[in-house]
Amino acid sequence: MTQLALVIDLNVCVGCHACVTSCKEWNTSGWAGPLVDQNPYEGSPTGTFFNRVQTFEIGTFPNTETLHFPKSCLHCEEPPCVPVCPTGASYKRADNGVVLVDYDKCIGCKYCSWACPYGARELDAQQQVMKKCTLCIDRITDAKLSERDRKPSCVLACPASARLFGDVHDPDSEVSIAIRERGGYQLMPEWGTQPSNHYLPRQKMRLHIDPEELTRVDNPLRREDLTDYTGEETLDDVAW
Amino acid sequence: MHPAFSVIFLTTLIGAGQGLYLAMVTGQLYAIARFLPAQTDQFYAIGSLVALALLIAGLGASFFHLGRPERGWRAAAMWRTSWLSREVIILPLVMTLVFAYGVAHWFGWTQPLFQVGAALQVDLTLLLGVLGTVASLALFICTAMIYAAVRFIQEWHTPLTVSNFLFFGAASGFMLAAAYSAYIGNPLVTFYGTWAVILTLIALASRLAHLRRNVRLKYKSTVQTAIGVRHATVIQKAQGATGGSFNTREFFHGRSPVLVKQLRMIYIVLVFPLPVLLIGLSYLIGSSSLPITAFFIQFAGLLIERWSFFAEARHPQNLYYQSVA
Repeated sequence: MTQLALVIDLNVCVGCHACVTSCKEWNTSGWAGPLVDQNPYEGSPTGTFFNRVQTFEIGTFPNTETLHFPKSCLHCEEPPCVPVCPTGASYKRADNGVVLVDYDKCIGCKYCSWACPYGARELDAQQQVMKKCTLCIDRITDAKLSERDRKPSCVLACPASARLFGDVHDPDSEVSIAIRERGGYQLMPEWGTQPSNHYLPRQKMRLHIDPEELTRVDNPLRREDLTDYTGEETLDDVAW
Repeated sequence: MHPAFSVIFLTTLIGAGQGLYLAMVTGQLYAIARFLPAQTDQFYAIGSLVALALLIAGLGASFFHLGRPERGWRAAAMWRTSWLSREVIILPLVMTLVFAYGVAHWFGWTQPLFQVGAALQVDLTLLLGVLGTVASLALFICTAMIYAAVRFIQEWHTPLTVSNFLFFGAASGFMLAAAYSAYIGNPLVTFYGTWAVILTLIALASRLAHLRRNVRLKYKSTVQTAIGVRHATVIQKAQGATGGSFNTREFFHGRSPVLVKQLRMIYIVLVFPLPVLLIGLSYLIGSSSLPITAFFIQFAGLLIERWSFFAEARHPQNLYYQSVA
């Protein structure tokens, strides 16, 4: 069975929010209606987003590290938001594992948002229905698009290629290899929700240099044979 | 969590309505067993009507919680998995049974249908009363399980949530039955008042146990598991929105911790000792207005209690929304 998901490489995410804006642009222009923006030019703008980049500071100054953390629906394999929906508007697609909301069935009771530990769902203040990341379901299932474009908007927009997209159930897919070989992890594993999206941890690149390595043993310019000769026999005198 | 007034009124009003209905049926059962003098059918009919009015008011309040109330009927679909759906099915069922019980009494359909054992004459009102009682108890469970079933909100994820809802609802309903009896000058006020006090004390024990449990709660999720970074010091610098979002509005009560603490003290006084004292005092001086006062004071306390129930709950998603930059 296919389970489409994102793998987000925290090692390369620079926190530029390109994924946020491209997500908003694509999903606010689609068939499902706009994602509301309230007070966009006022003091406290607010609105519906499927994807947000948060920033955390790890450690205490001066030993701090900044972590940019893109956060969207994780398309759990055991989505706790789906069974609690009283209308069946929340569902997990059987063919590709994407968790979706049927905006025509949603009654806006917000119960699913209570049942999501990640805060991935947002009630649209204008349409009064629950909205969440669809993995750009209208792009990734559109056979008219070229293979290259059949990816979520955020993945295409990321300038650092921090976002990988693919089938996490296929062991040979790019995402599965990345998870397997680079320590991909899930968020809040304690709840057993089995998020499909994975995060690749930050990895410090450290170069270990031994003092001996600073001197090249095979340096061609090195002056060899520093012995001072005073007329005694050398190896050259006895070998021919 | 953000305490929504729609849900506060829904849960308290239907709780009192179910409790009042249970009180009416209890009164009838006691009368059948000849522990109490038999009442006129009108007494039960009007009592059921008041209970029905409370249930309707609660249902009305619930619609204000929905973003799309016109689609509310769809909520009956997923009863296999969703407690909310189960509540949506059982609430109209309870309303129907309460209405039928009241109508059966009003029109005096009390001719025995059949006999059980030597003495128990079963009539239509008794049948409806028993069915309605079962449905009412099921509704208490469904309403409470909506909250108790959310395992992520650890403050709610306990059987004590169910016992709180059940005993708070029953206590306020019996208190209302005492007030109703006092209002019409019925001697049953002592019977209902005593039961109201007993139920209030059980509710007190349940709520105090709940508060005690929540003080000692150990949260499963931390900011470390939320973002998957193993470091003791992780401070949020930006949450991805300048002016807040649904996540900052729905999951935070936005009041000071001092206010939450003060309201807790206030409802503990209003719900428990004050109504019990007033009921006790009404026995001593034979007052007919004190039970009515006791009900309204307790109900006001229950509204604050329900507000507090929401405000106390801390959702793990709040770990992602700790500060705005």
